[in-house]
Amino acid sequence: MDVVDFLLDPLRSGIDRRALAEVALLGVICGGLSFWVVGYRLAYPAESLAHGLLPGLVLASLAGAPLVLGALGGVALAAALVALAARDERIDADTATAVVVTGMFGLGALLALAPETPARLGELLFGDPLGVIDGDLLAAGALVVVGGLALAALHRPLAATAFDPVGARSLGIAPGRVELALLLLLAVALAVAVTGLGSLLVLAVLVAPAVAVRRHASSPPAAMAAGAGLAVGAGVIGIYASHHLGSGAGASVALALVLAAALGTLGWPRPAAAVRRSPAGG
Amino acid sequence: MTAAPVVLASGAALGYGGAPVLQDLDFAVPAGTSVGVLGPNGGGKTTLFAGLVGALAPEAGELEVQGRPAYVAQTDRTRLDFPVSALDVALMGSLARGRWWLPASRADRRAASLSLERVGLGAESGTRFGELSGGQRQRVLIARALVQDARVLLLDEPLAGVDPASAEGIEGLFSALRDEGRTLLVSTHDVQSARAFDLVLCLNRRQVAFGTPAEALGRDVLEATYGSEIVMLDDGDGPVRAVTVQHHEH
Repeated sequence: MDVVDFLLDPLRSGIDRRALAEVALLGVICGGLSFWVVGYRLAYPAESLAHGLLPGLVLASLAGAPLVLGALGGVALAAALVALAARDERIDADTATAVVVTGMFGLGALLALAPETPARLGELLFGDPLGVIDGDLLAAGALVVVGGLALAALHRPLAATAFDPVGARSLGIAPGRVELALLLLLAVALAVAVTGLGSLLVLAVLVAPAVAVRRHASSPPAAMAAGAGLAVGAGVIGIYASHHLGSGAGASVALALVLAAALGTLGWPRPAAAVRRSPAGG
Repeated sequence: MTAAPVVLASGAALGYGGAPVLQDLDFAVPAGTSVGVLGPNGGGKTTLFAGLVGALAPEAGELEVQGRPAYVAQTDRTRLDFPVSALDVALMGSLARGRWWLPASRADRRAASLSLERVGLGAESGTRFGELSGGQRQRVLIARALVQDARVLLLDEPLAGVDPASAEGIEGLFSALRDEGRTLLVSTHDVQSARAFDLVLCLNRRQVAFGTPAEALGRDVLEATYGSEIVMLDDGDGPVRAVTVQHHEH
């Protein structure tokens, strides 16, 4: 097979074209959002919500309803239960979250493994970009527009709060509300992205891009743009790998993202400004 | 000093839900004054600032500030790994004018550049905040407060970890700000440098004293403020000289 065939082959199939569009749309928005997820140390809450929404996903699948609606319901329920459990002062918030999420995940698995259930658990857990329908693409497109606008509008409060929360408060910003807005955006992004990448792998696109580019970013907008670009690139590489190697599409995308994060953490490629300024005196 | 107070505490107590960690606050600070806030670690300096910023509501009494005060953090409490330049940080001050959803205007950018020049960092506006020295970072945060145009500035240990030359520059800046009619509350460990302020407020889980340095910084007050953390240096008739044994909290 020559290079042209290698590149064009996946584009000839409608299934692969839709998968490429899905990972590109999700990569643009989630790759940018990942800068804030990592900056606000929300990787654990994000993982918890992604796993905790499984029952919603399974119920939607059983009822034949759009998965994104089930995911939205699941994420709202998981978030509410985590918030409720965290109010119990006898246990700390991380423990409360772990208990709730494990419970929800178990419930989802129980529902999905019932004898009368169609065997789609693997798809819901590991994602199936090749199975996306036009509705999923529409949801991803809407997320790019709405999420992009929200990130643009929230940009300055997000940066001021991440940099210095007490200082931000003295500027009239309510740090709690900023974080809540970010969590809401994260929950919606999770609900949309989970239909393509699955409950277990969706976290990759919301964390790995920021980790991969963090050494290279000179400003928050640059970090977001680099994260988005990297997520799209890794998504496309994953789909091509899946096409040519016959590997699972969702897992290939997730592994491409994590590989990029690992390389970034190891310092590759080396930052262009490798000679960093030493702090000046005075 | 006859001007109306810009910071006023009457019987105020502050805490984090349990027993108050700072109480018996009773003081009035007129506009255009500098106040040294003295106390040991855990004495309540940071808690007082949290109350003045509005992060904590008083559990008793009243605590009022005219307008919204600017908060200048200890720079190692900011996120030094966050990718922002000195100009970006100064520009954050314009958020105080509301319209947080819009990008910074050209006028905001000009104000931020001018403030950086005023604190002597015009040439460093593009440098990443985390790569500046401690003294330079402190000055960038003061520039943010200038963009905010706050009448009251709260500065948390602004000279901690700053070299003497840089500290002198920052103290000069304080005088200039005060001369403009701004009010400065500056928390500090250093009893000697506190004598340079117009007023001092001594805290040790409660208000120990408030007044001019000459009135307030007597031996009894210093011992009540610092307990075993203070060492008296002489027994002469002049002002008491004392140093505190610092335990840095991180």
